Amino acid sequence: MDITDGNQNTDLRLRSAESFKAFLLKSSSKSGLNLYDHITRLLIKVMNEQPQNVVDVIEDLSRDVKQEYYEDKQSTLRELPQTTAEELLAEQQRALFSHPEDSEHEDELVEIPLPNVSEIGFYLEQAGVGLGREEMQRIFLALKKLVESQALPRCRLWGKILGTESNYIVAEADYREGEEEDEQITEEVAEERDAEMEKSQENEMDPLPQSTYKPPPVVQKEAIGTGANKFVYYVCKEPGLPWVKLPPVSPVQITVARQIRKFFTGKLDTPINSYPPFPGNEANYLRAQIARISAGTQVSPQGFFQAGEEEGDEEDEVPRENCEMNPDFESIPVAEMAESLSTWVHHVQHILQQGRCTWINMAVKPGEDSNEDVEDEEREEEPDEPEPEVGPPLLTPLSQDAEILNTPPWSSKLSSTLTSQHAVAVLRSNLWPGAYTYAFGKKFENIYVGWGLKYTGDGHSPAVPLAPQKEYPSGPEITEALDPTLEEEQALQEALEEQQAAQEEMEDTDEGEEEDDD
Amino acid sequence: MDSNSLFYSLELVAGSGHTLSVEQRTALQTSLVILKKNYKFHRVLFWGKILGLKEDYFIAQGRGEDEMKDKKNLYSFNCMDWFLLPPATESMIDQVSKASKKRFKGDPSYVYEHLEIRRQGDEAEEEIWTKVSEESRLAVTVHQIDEEVSVVPRGAFIKSPHGLVEVNRSFGGLSRSEAGKIDNFLHFCEPKNLKKKSIMEMAELNPALDFLDVLRDDIPKGSWSLQFECASQVCVLRSLLWLGLTFYHVPMTPQHGYMYIGDGIKNLDLPFML
Repeated sequence: MDITDGNQNTDLRLRSAESFKAFLLKSSSKSGLNLYDHITRLLIKVMNEQPQNVVDVIEDLSRDVKQEYYEDKQSTLRELPQTTAEELLAEQQRALFSHPEDSEHEDELVEIPLPNVSEIGFYLEQAGVGLGREEMQRIFLALKKLVESQALPRCRLWGKILGTESNYIVAEADYREGEEEDEQITEEVAEERDAEMEKSQENEMDPLPQSTYKPPPVVQKEAIGTGANKFVYYVCKEPGLPWVKLPPVSPVQITVARQIRKFFTGKLDTPINSYPPFPGNEANYLRAQIARISAGTQVSPQGFFQAGEEEGDEEDEVPRENCEMNPDFESIPVAEMAESLSTWVHHVQHILQQGRCTWINMAVKPGEDSNEDVEDEEREEEPDEPEPEVGPPLLTPLSQDAEILNTPPWSSKLSSTLTSQHAVAVLRSNLWPGAYTYAFGKKFENIYVGWGLKYTGDGHSPAVPLAPQKEYPSGPEITEALDPTLEEEQALQEALEEQQAAQEEMEDTDEGEEEDDD
Repeated sequence: MDSNSLFYSLELVAGSGHTLSVEQRTALQTSLVILKKNYKFHRVLFWGKILGLKEDYFIAQGRGEDEMKDKKNLYSFNCMDWFLLPPATESMIDQVSKASKKRFKGDPSYVYEHLEIRRQGDEAEEEIWTKVSEESRLAVTVHQIDEEVSVVPRGAFIKSPHGLVEVNRSFGGLSRSEAGKIDNFLHFCEPKNLKKKSIMEMAELNPALDFLDVLRDDIPKGSWSLQFECASQVCVLRSLLWLGLTFYHVPMTPQHGYMYIGDGIKNLDLPFML
């Protein structure tokens, strides 16, 4: 009987074990898992991984097992791979590394006017400026694509302007021969449209009071290839993306750009909200800042450029416009360049107050624009003729640059003090933070990497808006007067009564006298 | 940025235009190791460069056990000989903000003088001279930049239950989509806005990771520029308040760091410029 008892006990135990196992195998109504499988998987994981202090992390392991199980179930759906921005850019930049299809052999014979950006990058790195080696290489290849696609006679890396959403890489190039401007036509059309609008409004209603405001005449743009528009600029966001040509700059844009202080966003068509209102969008503002930076900070070792041939007689007032490379340039030793500023000269024309490089007399203007003939006459009546604005002539040494706000305009030094024989002379602008120039032997280069803003010292005080103008000329009909008070009225009445009484007396006495006379 | 990562992280920050020359980099690698040994720092960072008119200051920062409180700043001219900067106190900050507004000269012993004339009543005129040396101005500037614009990704630092702020060894990096959102970046300084958050917002935060102010709450909005550089591989944050501060983070890796190279002047015109 003991054996059967024993058997019964084991049977009982077996049966309770089986029922417990069945309980363990019962699927959960919520998740469809069952504890038996879960613990099996958990123990397999512990066997495989054998983590340290497993009893402390067993709950985490259990949660991980559950999560893994879920992921297996859901991965029956195939995910559509979404192209990330990174992949898109990589595809576009891949094009940088491709050879042009035809004319491979021709390229070897024809010189491509490409600057040696790798070499420039090396020297700039010595100076502590730069965009990183790989980035410089990408920019190099992108410049090559630009030169090939646009057939530019000459091209140079101007620099990089940082923006809040994306940045601009700027390349400077010479204009191709025979390029025309399409921009001026659109401006004139806009003026005509405005004039028409005003006239039609007047016909519909009673004549409104005419505004006596006449806007000052617009200073003309400089022709392309001269002055501030000497070079054409192309920008792109990232090397590999297509280059966009910037429009030529007009003097009014430069004058307004001098008064505002704004960050670039990185999109060329963003409107610029500012006071004074900027005539144009971000592309124009960018071009204006590039023009100002070039005029202020593009320098070269003295003697590298020489004055170009001048037409006709030399007049003291006409600034030299062209300078050519001097074939007899002898390099100045680097130590001298780093010490004195007179070994450097500007080789880009200074922009005058007017916004142009060559002064134009606004008083004497040919009457081409019909709106502004009237103003010309008014202006000629003014006693003072505007004096011609003169800026420092081309090729002035930097030692003559004015100090602004008690800071010297340039800081110069050698790139290394330990190995000064092979060091590079570095010049840094304090007015335009981000403008650097280096010189080494016969090689030199300018570059600008920065936010595109000038150093303004303590703070920028924006222009105050003008006082609202009087619309009506003040005359007695419109000027307000105080109504007379009660006392004044009474006093006036009494005075009138007295006058009347006095008059009557006078008449009486007159009559009396007359009667007497008779 | 960490001195260990100096040799590759400079390329990542170079998008802002400034790098170090090879000579300076090698000098730093040597001298920062010596510095770490001498001062017994846990970590040494190359903090950046402040450009002066005559000379530039290279700044290094050493971190002790508590990353936020044990900080020491040092400066050097040639990346080899380092001098300790005094810690910035409230009175120093006041003096510096009154006295010096121009560019750094490059000479640590230069004294900025500022005259304030206070009238008391009709007669008594008090002339108060505030004199600040350029060294203290440097210390205060570094301190202010750290307070206002130092950035770390969320999860890179952990606050232990004792209150110590430590590097999180299991930080795997933000994913690329997370790195594109400015919510995931925090200021690395004593939090000022954290207590003002509502209880609902606090419920979602993890007290070990979210003990710092979020960049998104900065006023004015838009004072940070977030971009992907280097063929979209690196997430770069640039501050518009202190022009020159660049923060980089390579998504899905624990590499991150920030560096300031600039003239050490706060951009107070920011509201006009946005």
